[in-house]
Amino acid sequence: MWKDKAMRLLMVSAASTSVFLVVLIFFFLAKESAPFVLKPGLSALFDTQWIPVSFVRERYGILPLVTGSALVTGLSMLFTIPLSVLGAIYIAEIASPVEREFLKPFIELLASIPSVVLGFFGLMVLAPLIKSLFGLGTGLTALTGAFLLTLMAIPTVITLSEDAIMSVPRAYKDASQALGASDLQTIFQVIIPAALPGIIAAIMLGTGRVIGETMAVLMVTGNSALMTWSPLAPVRTMTATIAAEMGEVSFGSIHYQSLFWIGLVLLAVTFVLNIIAQRVLVRYGMMK
Amino acid sequence: MIMKKIVPWLAVFLLLLLQTSCDSGDKDTSKPRSGTRKMISVKGSDTMVHLTSSWAEQFMSRYPDAQVSVTGGGSGTGIAGLLNGTTDICASSRELQDKERSLAVQKKIDLVEHAVARDGLAIIVHPSNPVTELSMNQIRKIFTGEYANWQDLGGPDLPVIVLSRESSSGTFVFFQEHVLNKADYTPKARLLAGTSALVQSVTADRGAITYVGLAFALEAKDSVKVLPVKSADDAPAVLPSDETVRAGLYPVARPLYLYTDGSSSPEVKAFVDFCLSEAGQKIVQETGYVSVR
Repeated sequence: MWKDKAMRLLMVSAASTSVFLVVLIFFFLAKESAPFVLKPGLSALFDTQWIPVSFVRERYGILPLVTGSALVTGLSMLFTIPLSVLGAIYIAEIASPVEREFLKPFIELLASIPSVVLGFFGLMVLAPLIKSLFGLGTGLTALTGAFLLTLMAIPTVITLSEDAIMSVPRAYKDASQALGASDLQTIFQVIIPAALPGIIAAIMLGTGRVIGETMAVLMVTGNSALMTWSPLAPVRTMTATIAAEMGEVSFGSIHYQSLFWIGLVLLAVTFVLNIIAQRVLVRYGMMK
Repeated sequence: MIMKKIVPWLAVFLLLLLQTSCDSGDKDTSKPRSGTRKMISVKGSDTMVHLTSSWAEQFMSRYPDAQVSVTGGGSGTGIAGLLNGTTDICASSRELQDKERSLAVQKKIDLVEHAVARDGLAIIVHPSNPVTELSMNQIRKIFTGEYANWQDLGGPDLPVIVLSRESSSGTFVFFQEHVLNKADYTPKARLLAGTSALVQSVTADRGAITYVGLAFALEAKDSVKVLPVKSADDAPAVLPSDETVRAGLYPVARPLYLYTDGSSSPEVKAFVDFCLSEAGQKIVQETGYVSVR
């Protein structure tokens, strides 16, 4: 009897580990960033300039970092969504089993490439290419980062979208074709609308992955804290800022606290994206 | 009902988790300080990594039972490491700031400063850039964003691409303090992680300009152009070299430091003494820096 209980407790605690870790991380971030609220005050975060090391006046405005992350993520989703959704439709609906067996492993392989390796590829191959393509002075731009992130988001979005499309009941397809609809009509007017919640959730999760990515963007986006919406300008993302500056700051300084605020904002954004994705899936009965 | 059973258990679990994390934290900080294993860790300036690792190699071949590990990461990283007790020696390409000194006092660390070498910062551009020299004034205006086109400096119609190290770098702070006269860098400056990324970008981009340690500039002298610098608008332009830096003729030069805790082990002291010895200073010259003797 006590064995059952002990085993049960062991499993419960194992299963709840991640809950605790999430709570702990939130708690830790909040604790380290809290003193910032008193001095210099939250309004300092809404400054338009990020100059944490200065002899004149340090400025901790995270707005350029937020727009930097938004620009890179937005651009990357612009490439990712059509590529992945069309790819998923092909794999799920049109491809022959042989083609599928060929395509799937490559998509999974893309997912397993370490991001530093992709960053290196971006620095040596993609950046010079973009530089000569647009006649720029240097290839270290938001666009370069967006391309790299697209490579990272594609496997996530394609796999999840494909699952969503596959889970559309066979009867829908049969009914549509029985009514005389062509394959194309069936795909775009029956299957895609039915799978849409799943596809949206896939896109949300892909976006979360892209926003949180660090190494690749650190290497190729140029890291200038500019507030800009131009794809060909250099940008500094939230993740790159934390990665580049965390090693240097002295513990407890205002700079240190502001980095934790960036972390908090980042965590909140990915958290919300994940919640929305889950909600969409549950709401439309795609996840029990 | 089930919740009631779970909650106390989870509380215990949480405590255990905290406990173990605290334990491992203690171990980490005590490890480098203990002298019994004769481990010395040197951390800090990327500019000095060349130099400190050459010193470490020579030192270990002279004292076979000593183990010296060298890591970079930027001067700020090294200083933070020394203050947090994760390294024995901090290599820094800038002096400590008042903030850092007062933090050391708070943590009861008796900081000792050793000036172990000097370094010139070379201003490098793409080899095709026709500009032949720059004054300190012009350099300041380039890096603060006042000059945005090479035309302003007698060059071709080409946007200036300012490249800089990340703000964790001692070179970043030194350059800001002594060349930019404490003004901020232009927000358009691209911040790259590490000297090799800077050299790589200057090699590739026609409008690029940046600063790197003399040793790195000499190493890359075939693929970049080192510009002579005038200390004032009417002064002669001087190329950075061993002689001009030591004689104080080249204006963008700085001392390089090792910082230690005064109460550190004898091995740490032996290492610093070795760096300052004749043999140590010979290594300084061999690796492209300027000796302090």
